[in-house]
Amino acid sequence: MRFLISLIATSLVVGGLFLFGTKLLNHSSNAEKDVLYVYNWGEYIDPELIKQFTEETGIRVVYETYDSNEAMLVKIKQKQRYDVVFPSEYTVEKMKKEGLLIPIDHSKIPNIKNIDESFLDLPFDPGNEYSLPYFFGTVGILYNPETTQGIDFSSWESLYDETLVNNVLLIDGARETIGFALNSEGYSLNSIDKYELKQAERKLESLSPNVRGIVGDEISSMMRENEAKAAVVWSGMAMDIMYENEELQYVIPEEGTNLWFDTMAIPKSAKNIDGAHQFINFLLEKDVALQNTDWVGYATPNKAAFEALDEEVKSAKEFYPDKETMATLEVYRDLGPKWTEYYNELLLEFKMSLD
Amino acid sequence: MNTLSKSFLTLMIIFLYFPILYLAFYSFNAGGTMSNFDGFTLDYYKSVIENKALMTVLMNTIAVALISSGISTVIGLFGALFLYFIRQRYVKNTLLTLNNVLIVSPDVIIGASLLILFSLFGITLGSVSVILAHVAFSVPIVVLMILPSLYQQNNNLVLAAQDLGASAWDVLTKVLIPNIKPGIFAGFLMALTYSLDDFAVTFFVTGNGFSTLSVEIYAMARRGITLEINAISTVIFVVVLIIAIIYYFVSDKNIKRGKTT
Amino acid sequence: MKRVLAIPYLLWMVVFVILPISFMIYYSFNDMSGNLTLQNYAEFLSSNYLKMTLNSFWYAFLITVITLLISYPLALVISRLKHKTFWLLIIIIPTWINILLKTYAFIGILGINGVVNTIFETIGLTQIQLLFSDFAFITVAVYIFIPFMVLPIFNSINGINKNLISASYDLGASKWETLTRVIFPLSLEGVKSGIQITFIPALSLFMLSRLVAGNKVVTLGTAIEQQFLINENWGMGSTVGVFLILFMVFVMLATRTKKESV
Repeated sequence: MRFLISLIATSLVVGGLFLFGTKLLNHSSNAEKDVLYVYNWGEYIDPELIKQFTEETGIRVVYETYDSNEAMLVKIKQKQRYDVVFPSEYTVEKMKKEGLLIPIDHSKIPNIKNIDESFLDLPFDPGNEYSLPYFFGTVGILYNPETTQGIDFSSWESLYDETLVNNVLLIDGARETIGFALNSEGYSLNSIDKYELKQAERKLESLSPNVRGIVGDEISSMMRENEAKAAVVWSGMAMDIMYENEELQYVIPEEGTNLWFDTMAIPKSAKNIDGAHQFINFLLEKDVALQNTDWVGYATPNKAAFEALDEEVKSAKEFYPDKETMATLEVYRDLGPKWTEYYNELLLEFKMSLD
Repeated sequence: MNTLSKSFLTLMIIFLYFPILYLAFYSFNAGGTMSNFDGFTLDYYKSVIENKALMTVLMNTIAVALISSGISTVIGLFGALFLYFIRQRYVKNTLLTLNNVLIVSPDVIIGASLLILFSLFGITLGSVSVILAHVAFSVPIVVLMILPSLYQQNNNLVLAAQDLGASAWDVLTKVLIPNIKPGIFAGFLMALTYSLDDFAVTFFVTGNGFSTLSVEIYAMARRGITLEINAISTVIFVVVLIIAIIYYFVSDKNIKRGKTT
Repeated sequence: MKRVLAIPYLLWMVVFVILPISFMIYYSFNDMSGNLTLQNYAEFLSSNYLKMTLNSFWYAFLITVITLLISYPLALVISRLKHKTFWLLIIIIPTWINILLKTYAFIGILGINGVVNTIFETIGLTQIQLLFSDFAFITVAVYIFIPFMVLPIFNSINGINKNLISASYDLGASKWETLTRVIFPLSLEGVKSGIQITFIPALSLFMLSRLVAGNKVVTLGTAIEQQFLINENWGMGSTVGVFLILFMVFVMLATRTKKESV
């Protein structure tokens, strides 16, 4: 009997201590005022800049990262303290509807003047009441010109090429994948018309023989290693991959595609609201934005920083689209639960129809 | 034993160990990939130890395993004794069938149905829900490990104790439980193994930043090849090997039961 | 005394066995806004879900058959060895390594620059796309299930009375006849439990769908996982779950062993 009690007690006590230990390891205090809790995507800010911010303002930054809008949303809903977050545009819309954001005081952010006007006052957040753009990009095709000789990828139709059998990677996201099918049929990628959506799904199903997989982060390593010849990807991801595999090229198809933004916003759970404004303003400074753009590698909406970029980077039209291309791009709107579910169901049915 | 059988056995052992050794081999690759070996390094082991997030996950995994096995050993022991005392055959068989439901159910069913349960009961997903879920699937295993030892123990001792005027409590704590010690211990260990090995159930019922090793590996593996995973798996393999060797030499009897799911 | 013992266990049984399954059945009749409906069942019986179910069965069948064809001879060979416990332990040790680690290993092995393709290249063959294919899915699944199948088969072969085998030889039966007429029928119980512990999980390997089949092989388990965790459509997910439970019960009945029917 004693053995039983000691076995159980030991396991409970040791287990409890471990659990308590991890809580201590990740302890974050809610009280401090001269601290700023920044919650950002992984690898999405030059760490040097955080040091520089602390030197300039004396505000200590606690920096944490997430890997999906949803993960961030959960923490905010639980009222965990964060002072600055970086939601994508459709998440801004959602958070706005659910009252999870604090309005940004524009008078405290003089550097708004540095942002390109075409990236301000967009439908997901009219008047930029709750968010300011951080980086932007598109969804397009990443391909290997060496192994896909002769295919012109300037249209979504190119993905259907016979020589690409089992060589096209797609994104495991309903908005992206149903979205490009809608685009290639000439519809809006915010369509809430069952007929249009069905047609898009049929279009997608005819791509089946060419589909290598419908995945996410895996696309990076697979394209890097030339495991597939072409992929539908976000421009940001494309830049990262091209940095390591210089053979690859990225293109925005002419039928149009998605224009996305990652923004800076202040969540309801923020305690250091003043500091948050200072931080956002800091990131919008010309030199800071320039250095950060260099480090992150994504496209900046900061006009002042853009002007100062290398000529080579500036002229890369696939990452900084011209006015003409810009006109074909469309920003995601939050479709509400019913239609979001419908998009998801279409994608799942597409996956089930493969093979 | 002819050559054909021998070569078949050898081939199968190579097949079963190749992936594990493959991981271990490349965990020392300075080149950072699982294809070209560019020189020896221990960097990945170092970065596992320095990785706060990974260490947290490792501690979580061990904590969940210990706590859930502890709780389920108690519940399972009570359950086994209860089943042992039941005389009506029909009732016993019905209860045994219900006991086995979670053993034969696929992990996704356990995970999904517990997710519904927790949300209806208002239990936030995180350490508590994961521990409860592990208790849920460990209890029947503990019961099945303890029952045989109850039937094997000499019932005359119980009767004798009763004849000598021992109370029900005394019979239980002074005769029955000491008699089935190996069964209880085996049940505890088996619960520990199942908990450490689980991925799918945890994947469904975890949330709010709480994660165990297998859930974390699932996320890491999707991001592509990270040799830190290789380093972790090499360490686990070495530990398993040591335990297996100790087990073999200590018991040296026939292994009647292994893990079966 | 008995009652005190019973309470925690029966509580466990009600809360973690009966309630969850009942809730799942209840949810399968719910649409996303919580109204009672048969819509999910209508949808399941539509072409895409049926096709997926058939596919899922086909893959589970292939995985089970291939695993059995490998595991039976393996169990037989081990049962004739001198240190059989030792060799059995050797076969079982890999099951103690987490399934995700083993799957992850195959991402490296089957990749375009992985060891298999490297070997192909050195012997003059062209590289082939192994990752994200049904071949990868089946290979990894078989790899995972072999030890689980070997164990029960070994136990039942090992339990056969040696005199029966000697008698068979004495009566002039060949090795093959002894195997097919004596050993195999007597080890059927082990084969049945081996099939049980392979076939049912093989219907629900959602992590393999994603990691080595690029989401192209969608099993019943994948559909449940996607409905619950991505689409947040618990109703439809539960409906697929209810069918999976039904199939499970069917497989259990079909492969029922004598021990269990006592």
